[in-house]
Amino acid sequence: MIEKALKGNKGYWGWVAFLVAVILLGLYSYSKQLSYGLGVTGMGRDVSWGLYVAQFTFLVGVAASAVMVVLPYYLHDYKEFGKIVVIGEFLAVSAATICLLFILADMGHPDRVLNVLFYPHPKSMVFWDVQVMNGYLLLNIISGWTVLEAERKGVSPPKWIKPIIYLSVVWAISIHTVTAFLYSGTPGRHLWLTAILAPRFLASAFAVGPALLILISFILRKFANFDVGEKAISKLSLIATYAGLANFFFIGVEFFTAFYSNIPSHMHSLQYLFVGLDGKSQLVPWMWFSMIAGLVSVLVLLYQQRRPSNKLLIAACIGIFVSLWIDKGIGLIIGGFVPSPMEEVVEYFPTFIEISVTLGIWAIGLLILTALLKVTVAVKQAA
Amino acid sequence: MTENRRKFLKKSAGVIAGAGVVSGFISKYATGFADAATEKAVTKKKIRWGMVIDMRKCVSGCEKCIDACHLTHNVPDFDNPKDEIKWIWKSDYHKVFPSKSQQFVAAETREKPFLTLCNHCENPPCVKACPTGATFKQSDGIVEMDFHRCIGCRFCMAACPYGSRSFNWRNPRPAIKNITPDYPTREHGVVEKCNFCSERLAKGQQPSCVEACPEKVLTFGNLYDKNSEIRQVLKDNPTIQRKPELGTNPSVFYIT
Repeated sequence: MIEKALKGNKGYWGWVAFLVAVILLGLYSYSKQLSYGLGVTGMGRDVSWGLYVAQFTFLVGVAASAVMVVLPYYLHDYKEFGKIVVIGEFLAVSAATICLLFILADMGHPDRVLNVLFYPHPKSMVFWDVQVMNGYLLLNIISGWTVLEAERKGVSPPKWIKPIIYLSVVWAISIHTVTAFLYSGTPGRHLWLTAILAPRFLASAFAVGPALLILISFILRKFANFDVGEKAISKLSLIATYAGLANFFFIGVEFFTAFYSNIPSHMHSLQYLFVGLDGKSQLVPWMWFSMIAGLVSVLVLLYQQRRPSNKLLIAACIGIFVSLWIDKGIGLIIGGFVPSPMEEVVEYFPTFIEISVTLGIWAIGLLILTALLKVTVAVKQAA
Repeated sequence: MTENRRKFLKKSAGVIAGAGVVSGFISKYATGFADAATEKAVTKKKIRWGMVIDMRKCVSGCEKCIDACHLTHNVPDFDNPKDEIKWIWKSDYHKVFPSKSQQFVAAETREKPFLTLCNHCENPPCVKACPTGATFKQSDGIVEMDFHRCIGCRFCMAACPYGSRSFNWRNPRPAIKNITPDYPTREHGVVEKCNFCSERLAKGQQPSCVEACPEKVLTFGNLYDKNSEIRQVLKDNPTIQRKPELGTNPSVFYIT
């Protein structure tokens, strides 16, 4: 079936060539990082995680969001998602793959990564994260591929796939919960030390994932002559709307607890992110842009439920994606380290090498997604 | 009938056993506050190394303990804070004790650089966070590092509420002025921190910072030995620990 990814027009190969070029640049930068050490990045003693871990966190959400199409289709028999469900699963596959790559890129000693399995420490949340991420990747490859294969052969999918699909539903919740636990169990980081982190992660994931699926649907409609159906898109936008509202509600709740209680350590990171702390305010414009763009996008989504407009829908989905990428992909991780446990405010600037490794890994994800979607569309169009 | 009864008995036995396990599990966490837990631990273990830092005696500007430590352990000296590696260093009072009272603090306390190092917590969050056991707690209470197992994920650095851990962002060897062959140098990609001179304790020596201090600021000893000097110092003086509210139970105490 994979051979279908090898047939395409000039546009397709141009896109693939572009992605490969970005990947090569990323690999080159990564080789620099391997030989010199992580000192080539902007990370340091105080902000000891940066762009890589932030991308990982954001992308776990994208991966988990597949459940928003899998659950309605398989559990509630919502037939309108028939064309999009495999796309959702393959989006999860590509996102989960690059999640693992971002973790690898962030490691000081990637050659020792198997120590996590050789010397398992179940008290460490990383141990569980490795299990759930790899498990989730496998579950989605198996269920997506098997169902598509059956469709290609014109038969109904084998019975054994059902339990695997149901398992993937529960598993999706687990990956983002465990990822939140990586942060929310650390005693000295007040931005993370909050019980609402896991629910907030899930809410933002279920807003970003469907928004991304809507954008992918429009891209497929334009470039691959493949339509997932108006009803599917409309339902996805409804899911993104309410998940987005829940996300912003959760963020508001964080602000209330921190500022009404007036406990300095609980306020510091939020102050740094939204108004600046100790005269350092690098992320302030980003965070305000994220909040405003996100809220406006959610309102636009709500509005266009009544008066459908593709232009507004696309703009709102881009808005949600960018907003939540900033919120989770920058603010949450960097903000957790500022101020440091010794109350020092040290700012973080990613370097060119770090950015190009990041882009390279994103390009790997897009390449996997492109190939998988190419196969999907070819199979569905032949059927 | 008998068959059913047997099944029923088996099941109820299982339920009762399960409940027993659960209640045991719960009661394990039901025991109360920090001091009670510490007393309990004392009876079980023999050694818990600890340190008292008497800041009244510490001289501003003197860095003999820091120099001795960094020489003993081949700690590199980079001239920028981003790459910096620190095992023991001096910092402001409000940075070392951010949750202590900051209002109307006596000038000599407020302005004095405070010594800070790894607390060798009784409940170390870094050890819990480490996915490979590269950082672990020894039976003598010391939180140690295995530089060869560390994968460089820096989870311990995110978990440590004291900022006591450093990562080798680049090759440290060129930045070590005098290499001490008794202790290994590190390579880029691993985390390191104070080890309470566990290699010197094994030889019956005191930690090098304690030995190097001319003012006897540092008292080192076994916290579980009621007759030790350190316990006497703790008995005779009011002491504080860093962020005790986090339940980590630091083994480093301060006399301010």
